[in-house]
Amino acid sequence: MPYVSNEEVNAAVQDRATEQPTAGRASRILDSDIFHSFLRSKITVVAAVATLILFLLSFLAPWVAPHNPFDLATISILDARVPPIWQENSDPRFILGTDDQGRDLLSGIFYGMRISLIIGFCSVFAAAILGISLGLVAGYMGGRVDSFIMRVADVQLTFPAILIALLIDGIAAGIFGGVDREFFAFYILIVSLALSFWVQYARTVRGSTMVEKNKEYVQAARVIGIPAVIIMVRHILPNVMGPVMVIATINLALAIVTEATLSFLGVGMPPTQPSLGTLIAIGNDFLYSGEWWIAIFPGLALALLVLNVNLLGDWLRDALNPKLR
Amino acid sequence: MIGFATRRLIQALIVMLVVALLAFTMFRFVGDPINQMVGIETSIEEREALRERLGLNDPIPVQFLRFVSKAAQFDFGTSYQFRQPVSELFAKRIPATLELSFTSALFALAVGIPMGIYAGLNRESIISKMFLSVSLVGISLPTFFIGILLIFLFSVTLQWLPSFGRGETVQVGSWWTTGFLTVSGLKALILPSVTLGLYQMTLIMRLIRAEMLEVIRTDYIKFARARGLPNRLVNFRHALKNTLVPVITITGLQLGAIIAFATITETVFNWPGMGLLFLQAVQNVDIPIMSAYLLLTAFLFVAINFIVDILYFYIDPRLRVGRP
Repeated sequence: MPYVSNEEVNAAVQDRATEQPTAGRASRILDSDIFHSFLRSKITVVAAVATLILFLLSFLAPWVAPHNPFDLATISILDARVPPIWQENSDPRFILGTDDQGRDLLSGIFYGMRISLIIGFCSVFAAAILGISLGLVAGYMGGRVDSFIMRVADVQLTFPAILIALLIDGIAAGIFGGVDREFFAFYILIVSLALSFWVQYARTVRGSTMVEKNKEYVQAARVIGIPAVIIMVRHILPNVMGPVMVIATINLALAIVTEATLSFLGVGMPPTQPSLGTLIAIGNDFLYSGEWWIAIFPGLALALLVLNVNLLGDWLRDALNPKLR
Repeated sequence: MIGFATRRLIQALIVMLVVALLAFTMFRFVGDPINQMVGIETSIEEREALRERLGLNDPIPVQFLRFVSKAAQFDFGTSYQFRQPVSELFAKRIPATLELSFTSALFALAVGIPMGIYAGLNRESIISKMFLSVSLVGISLPTFFIGILLIFLFSVTLQWLPSFGRGETVQVGSWWTTGFLTVSGLKALILPSVTLGLYQMTLIMRLIRAEMLEVIRTDYIKFARARGLPNRLVNFRHALKNTLVPVITITGLQLGAIIAFATITETVFNWPGMGLLFLQAVQNVDIPIMSAYLLLTAFLFVAINFIVDILYFYIDPRLRVGRP
């Protein structure tokens, strides 16, 4: 490393610190390229609004849902399998009909979507943290640590995520045995999804870390003796977050789908705390007897959610890709 | 070439070894194998005797070596729930899964490639735009929900096609059963293969379209047109041929995904294949089946990756020069 005087180093570090513009955050966002490209793409605006509405409906489910599907006092088995209101024998209280236990389907969808979204967000967050840390360490340390982590990633990448999640779920069930699987279901799902999706983050972050670590500001920080951990977290991390956001958005859709699939297959959320996948699984049993709405409506809600998040992810990927500008 | 293949082969072996280690760890340490095999009334002495006889008291590396050598001879132990050798269970179900995967791959290629070519050549036409939006919806719909929608439409409402099972099958050879030879078998194949292949179809379509758009802009296509070659020749002989390189890679890699997603499709359609067996094993914590399935699919994936790498080497002459 060439000789650098202390003042120069300090100045370089200072420069990075004061690089943050002092203008207001709001005007900065409104003026950015990304916001302009957002407004230009009409379908993205529609998708964003739709996603926002779906998020609001599910997170405010206790207030906006017409019924509480978990309140045993208000549900009655006599209301079971009531069709949606535009069909015969319907009940005006239940817009989309009811399921096999007399729970209002619309409310069930709001609550189910909330569970799906919470699991989606938590697992994306967990996968991102795991992947980013391993990617940072691999990229910054290099050598043996790097090749070990990346070998593991390569092996895992050979398998589709859904298989890995299924396996982890099965193993977890074996370890916890009969112990209250319903209680653990939520955490097992998040862990298995996080372990299935970390690879992409790790590979991306490793790549950009290897570029960043040779830049002057990192070398400067190293010269003045900042510990490696702090360099990684405070200095490199903010500069590699762009692609991570894109992966996280696309992964959110993927995580929701995978969770729904696992729940549909009967190894995810139990019927007592149904996610959208569980609702579809319940409805699937009644598809043949003509009660199609129990499976189809939660499925459409799931498709709508995933489609909109996917659209946002696609746009974000293109907007942040300098090649396409 | 030989050096390249050997390197690839060694990498594949290492991957298999790691997977075998995982499968062994699962097999040996998740739950107690003895508890799964004997009843509650078995005494502790008898359990110990069984433990000794099965070699569960040997050093772990010895046990691992035994596990690997047995697995190499297709001996994966006995299923906890069916009390039958796992290899027999798999042998009975492999034909169903392979026929399903093959048909859906065929569907994906046969529909995806023409759609992709059309969308690539007629970029601005309304049909191309429709293809693209349909493909976006196809990617967003989860596999199992596509299956449910198809069942709802074609089995429940229209009652055209069966919604579960393989229909009538015919025994071919000593252990292979096929649904290709009967009408009901072929009918039963339609919905599951469309469900399974839809995602791959959209993927192939988008890929071909993107590649076509790139290739058509290149000089040699312009020169081919300038030479007055008929459109058909330019499009198919010159352009399409060059788009196929990535398609082969992706299709090969997607074969693995098809086998994995067969688990879901088989559950929706009650298709008696390996995936359904695996799923039942996951639900009942039948570890021998789970670890055997892990090994088997890993082997398939590694083999497919290896073959694709070698194929790539043959198809793309650029890879052959400048490689050490």
